[in-house]
Amino acid sequence: MTAPFQNAKLHDCRDAFTAALEELAAADGNIVAVCNDSVGSSKLTGFRDKFPERLINVGIAEQNMVGVGAGLANGGKIPFVCAASPFLTGRALEQIKADVAYSQTNVKLVGISSGMAYGELGPTHHSIEDFAWVRALPHVPVIAPADRIETDAVIRWAATHQGGCFLRLSRVGVPDLLPEGHVFELGRANVLCEGSDVTIIANGVLSHRAVTAAAVLEGRGISARVLNMATVRPIDQDAILSAARQTGAILTCEEHTTFGGLGSAVAEVIVDHHPVPMTRLGVPGVFAHTASAEQLLDDFGMSPQAIADSAVALIKRKG
Amino acid sequence: MDTHDLRLLANRIRRRDLQAVYEAGAGHIGGEMSVTDLLTALYFHTMKVDPAAPMDPNRDRLILSKGHTALALYVVLSEKGFLPKEEIATFLQHNSRLNGHPNRVKVPGVETNTGPLGHGLPVGVGMAKAAKLDGADWRTFVITGDGEMQEGSNWEAIMAAAHFGLDNLTLIIDHNRLQQGARLEDTNNLAPLPPKLAAFGWTVLEIDGHDMDQITAALSADNIASGKPTCIVAHTNKGHGISFMSDNVAWHHKVPNEAQYKQAMQELENAQ
Repeated sequence: MTAPFQNAKLHDCRDAFTAALEELAAADGNIVAVCNDSVGSSKLTGFRDKFPERLINVGIAEQNMVGVGAGLANGGKIPFVCAASPFLTGRALEQIKADVAYSQTNVKLVGISSGMAYGELGPTHHSIEDFAWVRALPHVPVIAPADRIETDAVIRWAATHQGGCFLRLSRVGVPDLLPEGHVFELGRANVLCEGSDVTIIANGVLSHRAVTAAAVLEGRGISARVLNMATVRPIDQDAILSAARQTGAILTCEEHTTFGGLGSAVAEVIVDHHPVPMTRLGVPGVFAHTASAEQLLDDFGMSPQAIADSAVALIKRKG
Repeated sequence: MDTHDLRLLANRIRRRDLQAVYEAGAGHIGGEMSVTDLLTALYFHTMKVDPAAPMDPNRDRLILSKGHTALALYVVLSEKGFLPKEEIATFLQHNSRLNGHPNRVKVPGVETNTGPLGHGLPVGVGMAKAAKLDGADWRTFVITGDGEMQEGSNWEAIMAAAHFGLDNLTLIIDHNRLQQGARLEDTNNLAPLPPKLAAFGWTVLEIDGHDMDQITAALSADNIASGKPTCIVAHTNKGHGISFMSDNVAWHHKVPNEAQYKQAMQELENAQ
């Protein structure tokens, strides 16, 4: 068995985000960035230097930040509202609901350092509820890209998409997964590995772990399909139902609580249309202990080896 | 429109509002009566808006942040031509687009969906900032309640508006001294409001919010101090124009019975 990504270069997807944003902003004067003092952590210093008048820093005031984004959109701007995801989504959730979702404004919400990227800083700085919170709202697609290439593609999609969206980015380094030049399609999963015995569905920083888990399973004679499902809403029902029919078991992995995120969204489709055995990996409804981002994923059963073990156990439940 | 005609129009809007609350059996009549003169002056004297082009990029913007008084806005918009006047009769009816809080997606002339308090001013800051970025001269107006100023998000926006130098932004506080359950002073007394806004770097004007001469003068662009946002503290009465509702906390969202309705309508007609 060849271990994937063994010597792969890891990339911080924030760099891909700001490189794409700066390029888009150079071509379209209506693109603006809004932030809550998070110029550095959102990697917006380059944007600020190139377009100082279009970097709107409201200070540490997330409710105002999202409202300002909605007002800028009303005035014809295309605002990318950037902040650490726990504060963007948790603090300003009602603004996201009323000013972005219900008002259907063209606001691009960019949650930086999502999931457990802040590791040892603890649960106040973890954003493992954001899929559930934002996914409950109409008109705001929820997207978690898996690598720098998909991040670039998602930012380009967001800039031309008419309407709001929530883009969930990390700061944890990830290897390249998708081909250069990849074009993002909303609500369309990508097959990273073909397989017939089980399907592993993941996104964000879990996708490359899922691919590695598939390699582990291959070494045990198990053929695992891996779907990179960046869009959590609208969910790719076709890919989920094909996986259910063709592989008969589905394992989801996410850097999120198991209450209401990717696994829940997949389970909703499965329960409604084609029940098959499922296992949902994630943070099991607890506030995380002290550990680094990568260690926490391992501790919550999402090392490639543990994902593979869960898949083996799941396959035994197939009828 | 001159101030005499504005007064007559505001009286007609109050009567239509009262009738709609009575017929719907719900509404926020107290706050609607307090904000009607402000809305009337904005739409029929100050603001550049065209019902034939509700999305004109250069239109002035009004956000009714105290969204629970949506009915007053609906009646004003219908008088202005954004909505058919007869549609007011559908207020709160099954499938009406005129629900209890305004929806920009469904109702032309509404700029953002309000209802939860403390949302309008941040959005207004974004609008005013957009105009500044474009070097455009359209203005943004936001009306909040005075109780609504207890929401912290307003003060986030107040800081930002001053820091950004948004002199194209005007906040009008409908200062009727009452909130839903009690008087402002008995709940969380923010008054006096003017020194607080001034301390944040705003130009502050105080007016009688039921005096059309004072309202139209305060809304004039002549009052704008370059680089500073403007706050108009409009002293108003909840339930204004109806004797038994005026300054009476019981009439936040109470609905008049038949006798009360007839008396209220008679008082408004007599005031024409």
